[in-house]
Amino acid sequence: MIDLALVPDDGIGWLDGSGAESPIVLSSRIRLARNLAGHPFSQRSRDADRIAVLALVREAATAVPSLAGAVTFRLDQLERPDRQVLHERHLVSRELAGLEAGGRPRAGAAVMVRGPAAVMVNEEDHLRLQVMRAGLAVEDGYVQMEALDTGLGRLLPFAFHQEFGYLTACPTNAGTGLRASVLIHLPGLVLTKEIGKVLQGLAQVGLTFRGLYGEGSEVVGNFFQLSNQTTLGKSEEDLLDHFGKVVRQVIAYEQQARDVMMRTAPAEVEDKVWRAYGLLRYARTLSFEETMNLLSGVRLGAALNLIPGVRVYTLNKLLIFTQTAHLAALEGRAVGDPELPTVRAAYVRKLLDAELT
Amino acid sequence: MRCDHCGLRDAVINLTQVEHDTKVTLHLCEECAQQKGIETGGAVLQSPLGGFITAMGKGPASPAPRPAAPAERCPACGATLQDFRESGRLGCGACYLAFEAHVRDLLRRLHGSSQHAGERYLAPGELAPDPRAELLDLRDRLRRAVETENFELAAELRDRIRVLE
Repeated sequence: MIDLALVPDDGIGWLDGSGAESPIVLSSRIRLARNLAGHPFSQRSRDADRIAVLALVREAATAVPSLAGAVTFRLDQLERPDRQVLHERHLVSRELAGLEAGGRPRAGAAVMVRGPAAVMVNEEDHLRLQVMRAGLAVEDGYVQMEALDTGLGRLLPFAFHQEFGYLTACPTNAGTGLRASVLIHLPGLVLTKEIGKVLQGLAQVGLTFRGLYGEGSEVVGNFFQLSNQTTLGKSEEDLLDHFGKVVRQVIAYEQQARDVMMRTAPAEVEDKVWRAYGLLRYARTLSFEETMNLLSGVRLGAALNLIPGVRVYTLNKLLIFTQTAHLAALEGRAVGDPELPTVRAAYVRKLLDAELT
Repeated sequence: MRCDHCGLRDAVINLTQVEHDTKVTLHLCEECAQQKGIETGGAVLQSPLGGFITAMGKGPASPAPRPAAPAERCPACGATLQDFRESGRLGCGACYLAFEAHVRDLLRRLHGSSQHAGERYLAPGELAPDPRAELLDLRDRLRRAVETENFELAAELRDRIRVLE
């Protein structure tokens, strides 16, 4: 069993509910895609190439201050539940963790974690640098990212072309290799049925949306991951500036939707959020999906000051620790244990009860 | 707007083609677009690059450099254009040059540009940028951060300026 306590903040400092625009924006993430010149990209390389890339990155990381003391997890040497835990913490992609049906992690697949910064090695690109921050903090996250990128880039020769910029396995990431994203809670827009229009509008201004776990995942609990679609032709600053403006606009729409609901149907909203809270407080079995949907209601209730005394931190913690692999690890169960829904309900009750004292 | 082809359903796709140096824009409904071999809706979503890659090499290519034939190989990793069409992934950095015309065309369609406008990378051993220029840039960003009352960012930038100074 891996020990995430080795990682400062357990790698989830961004859960603390601090940061601008919390609780609507859970977290911000900055990601840069980089490859080492002279090595085939991960999908085309042999095991020996990938292991060599990992060795080079690990050696360089020891000399980069923002990765000093980073903990390295070799996904190719971990059991599936541990890999799933890392994925549930948004530290590694599904692909890198080898969680696809019948999948296995590639040789040399690893993640180095140090607080809010992490480096995935041998994903689709040799390096996927990421910085996670609480709330809306893309600019701050990028400042941190620059130090990480510059530090590694001075030691490792990145694949770069004067016209095309940073070269990536998929051309959708070429140029800056920069993907900014926010995990955002939009129940107001979903309940007022305005979400479709907003998501359509996003596509027109160069943003895209995904589910809770990024590419290919479903939207649950009204959580959307918004990110920039294009990475080439604009400077990092312009990309982030535009992204930040659009996200602030989406937040404003969400606030408007909540205001409209509270003006036109306050009793229904109040009933909905208290029912969600009641189910979470007293249910005896809960699936993860149901938990997420109910937490969405409680989160809305807390944000509208309808449900007093429930901290955003507790709601965020529930979001992470009611996931299957986390819950199983926490309660000493197997991931496939049929009693997990009962265990989950007990865990939720325990945390919500503790909020009352 | 009605579909230009069947005139019955609403047009959902604008298809712009260049025929004999003339630009023709067709407004098509989903069904007619599919008949013309254009993917719509779910199929496109499943593979965001699918449509682009399939169209690669079929559209009007840039005059120079010479477009690679599907079987031509990247001299560094041995990947072919066919491999790229199937996987949606290039084999290595040198593939960008081996299939330059296609890649440039694709990048323009994906991003609206193929010219990198972001940070210039300096490989290990290359001359480091002038710290004075970097300081000026950071001070400029600090000024803007203060103006927009982004004090957390301002604090981070101030720390970096102190280190450089």
